[in-house]
Amino acid sequence: MFTAVSAQSSFFLALLFLGLGSLGSACLWKKDAAANWWGNLCAITASVFGLLSAIRVLLGGAAFSLAADSPLGALSFSFTVDKLSAFFIFVISLIALPASIYGLGYVKHYYGRYSPGVLGFFYNLFLAGLFLVVSADNALFFLTVWEIMSLASYFLVIFEHREPDNISAGTRYFIMTHAGTACIILAFLVLYRFTGSFEFDVIRENFAAVPAYAKNIVFLLTLAGFGTKAGIIPLHIWLPSAHPAAPTHVSALMSGVMIKTGIYMFIRILIDFSPGAPLWWGIAVLLIGAASSLFGVLYALTEHDIKKLLAYHSIENIGIILLGLGSALVFWAAGAESLAMLGLIAALFHTLNHAVFKALLFLGAGSVISQTRTRNMEEYGGLIRTMPYTAALFLTGSLAISALPPFNGFASEWLTFQSLFSGFGSFGRSVAGVFALSAGALAFTGGLAAACFVKAFGATFLARPRSVEAARSRESAPSMVLGMGVLALLTLVIGIFSGVVSRVLSVVVADRPGFSTVPVPVSVPAASLSLGSGFAAMSLPLVFVSLAAVSALVAFLTYLATAGRRVKIGRTWDCGTDLTPRMEITATGFSRSLISIFRGILKPSKQTTIEYRDADSRFFPQTRSVKLEIKDVYSAYFYRPVERLTMALAAQIKKIQCGNVNAYIVYLFAALIALLVWAVI
Amino acid sequence: MSLFGLWFLQLLLVPALSPLFIGIVRRVKARLQNRVGARVTQPYRDILKLFRKDEVVSADASWIFSSAPYLIFAVSILLGASIPLLSAHLTATVLGDLLTVVYVIALSTFFLALAGMDTGNAFGGFGSSREMTVAALTEGGLIFSLLALAFTAHSSNLFVIAGAISSLSLLAFTPIILAFVAFVIALLAETGRFPFDNPATHLELTMIHEAMILEYSGKKLALMEWAAANKFMLFLALGANLFFPWGLAASASPPALILALGALVFKLLVFCVLVALLESSLAKFRFFRLPDLLFMSFILSLIALSLIV
Repeated sequence: MFTAVSAQSSFFLALLFLGLGSLGSACLWKKDAAANWWGNLCAITASVFGLLSAIRVLLGGAAFSLAADSPLGALSFSFTVDKLSAFFIFVISLIALPASIYGLGYVKHYYGRYSPGVLGFFYNLFLAGLFLVVSADNALFFLTVWEIMSLASYFLVIFEHREPDNISAGTRYFIMTHAGTACIILAFLVLYRFTGSFEFDVIRENFAAVPAYAKNIVFLLTLAGFGTKAGIIPLHIWLPSAHPAAPTHVSALMSGVMIKTGIYMFIRILIDFSPGAPLWWGIAVLLIGAASSLFGVLYALTEHDIKKLLAYHSIENIGIILLGLGSALVFWAAGAESLAMLGLIAALFHTLNHAVFKALLFLGAGSVISQTRTRNMEEYGGLIRTMPYTAALFLTGSLAISALPPFNGFASEWLTFQSLFSGFGSFGRSVAGVFALSAGALAFTGGLAAACFVKAFGATFLARPRSVEAARSRESAPSMVLGMGVLALLTLVIGIFSGVVSRVLSVVVADRPGFSTVPVPVSVPAASLSLGSGFAAMSLPLVFVSLAAVSALVAFLTYLATAGRRVKIGRTWDCGTDLTPRMEITATGFSRSLISIFRGILKPSKQTTIEYRDADSRFFPQTRSVKLEIKDVYSAYFYRPVERLTMALAAQIKKIQCGNVNAYIVYLFAALIALLVWAVI
Repeated sequence: MSLFGLWFLQLLLVPALSPLFIGIVRRVKARLQNRVGARVTQPYRDILKLFRKDEVVSADASWIFSSAPYLIFAVSILLGASIPLLSAHLTATVLGDLLTVVYVIALSTFFLALAGMDTGNAFGGFGSSREMTVAALTEGGLIFSLLALAFTAHSSNLFVIAGAISSLSLLAFTPIILAFVAFVIALLAETGRFPFDNPATHLELTMIHEAMILEYSGKKLALMEWAAANKFMLFLALGANLFFPWGLAASASPPALILALGALVFKLLVFCVLVALLESSLAKFRFFRLPDLLFMSFILSLIALSLIV
């Protein structure tokens, strides 16, 4: 049935269903259950059509485009789905599908408290915005749908509006995203000034006419504007508060997909539009990537709010994607197209992988939160017994995000490593040094991420429950387990078929202008993935099969050798005292030593308060509390000064607002005269 | 001998020999402390004894606790087959990729740390926390010290590296020494030796590895101890055959392999004595001084790398 539908019509059907889902949910806002089913089923159908459309374009189909003029001159509703767009549509649909299935079960706990109809309206609108952002072909149209996406996600962040924290998180997101959008608008205006068009095609053709200084301005504006959406450090401050505030399946989409639209536009503008970019662009992106990945994971280590922890890991992974992209830019500038292709493949591969495992982890966290009603990991514990499926699936995601073979995270980090290694020998000392530092940052990031996920999984699912809610928890609804199961399977499948995936990605990259004749830097002989340079080769299928076979063999032999031995169930060794859950290691305690080691970056503080029974003798404390905090250096040294400066300026400007109507008329008159003079000159 | 045969031989070689080297280190340390010490075969007897014992499992433990020993042991012997032990001939093995080896080791560390947290024992949790702290900071030095070799050999396949380093001139060897020092630091950290961890202690203030496996007993403890011995031999063999790859078999014929086995055992014996000497002459570091050492390992590797490329 579906084969009859072309890529183009599947795409429009996807948009149609999102529109229907959006409006239908709004109409059903008084009927919770019906709105939930309608909104999520429409989203599911739309993502199936999105997948169909994307796969057809990716596997050899031609790009399709559509343009419709609007009454407003420069704005035209034109979009093109080429292979790059198709790849991002694929990622969006791939995550939207399980997230919406999960939503069917998850949204139930809002019944009677918050309106699923409103949620469905913004959810479908948000998805439609995502679809259009990665396919828009006209800057003004792009900005329109970008704003739809941003606003819809803003309303999703403040959906649970009776929590005051969510409102402030939403406000922070609103301000940051619009500061970013302002940079993007400026970037497009600069491009318009020199190319004379808002159409992407025309900008691409005339890009050579843009003078070098303007190109650099466009680069910086792009970096700031789309970097804000992607969550690069130090523009990330909205991300750890906004992502956790949204409903879980929306968090999964925001973290897994929405921040990638920033990456998409990086590739569009920095690779597609501007061949022959200067070397320092790539160096800058590399350094930002290294900083984001390392700092992202360090901040994640300090968190005991499970969703914030995952949000910080999004910053880390955006950093890893930027490491691939940055090395691609450097190679691109140096004329090493084949290596640039390797970097881009690594970046796109990690984009896909991060979307899959981060969505999985967010959905897992959501299941835990819906049972325990708290995001504080210190109140979990022992959930592996009450929620066995969630635990196993969350573990899969943890292994994948820690880049452990044979899961998908390893494949893309391996490619990123190789792409960075390629930069060691190719350039002068200083550039090679940047590559070496980036690879070092990636190596430490991998280790720290593993530490962080031992903490997250261990504190959440292992040992004994640390709260009544955790002890009373139940496995989550079947649709939620199904949504997570699909994603968990994908982490393994993408890992094992990493060779095939990188081949498809090389086709996506070869579709970029300037890359069509470049030799493909990866080959996939006999289920392995090897570099064209012959420097390295690896095979995840082999790792998977041999690990499984050898483990099974070891277990079988041990079983044979110890057949007569008994297994006694006893108590955990307790040193003679009664073991309570308070004696288990906590999430905070687990990462305390790493925080102390990195105190130069994290600036931890410790405040001890002791109250004594007797103020004079001071031998017997009555209460004792320790408050551990991490200083928010970005607020303290960047955002606060900016805020103070803005307020000071505003106070100065306020002086002209004297309340006297006569004075205001003088202002008007003066402005009029000034305009007249300007017009005459 | 066919490639698969050689691979299978390597798979069995590490578990067969690894307890011996633990025994040797203990024996040498005992002699240095004016004790007689147990026989070098004592670790074999320990493992055998543990396999014969009944097992006590905590009621709080989950399937992670019960399955981790099998996975960790499987990783340790699988890696034994993925690195050059006897000859540099298994170059076709894509399992011998540098990053794959390092991350498969990380996989077993991940499960070891989870198993430590699983029973809710206070010691286990602290052991896991310390282990992951050390492991996270070791990874940089480990990858980069091996990377220095990879760039010398123009390949990140460990077998190719072993082949290329053996034909290196003495002059080109200088940066390799730096990388070797960096590797030794990573080795001591990964295998839980002085100054990082005391393999002979059950003192709660300092233990790392022992704290994590505190709840294990019977066959699973045997597997855990054996896997730790395998890992120790694995790292020694990496040091011996990547940095000093002399005496590797030139062909896959049985006499050449037996000769190579002799060379390997001899080199590992030297390494064991060195480790024992180091452990006897060095005090365990304070936990918060360890990162300095690990960052030094990373920086040494960087210097080695910058001299090579």
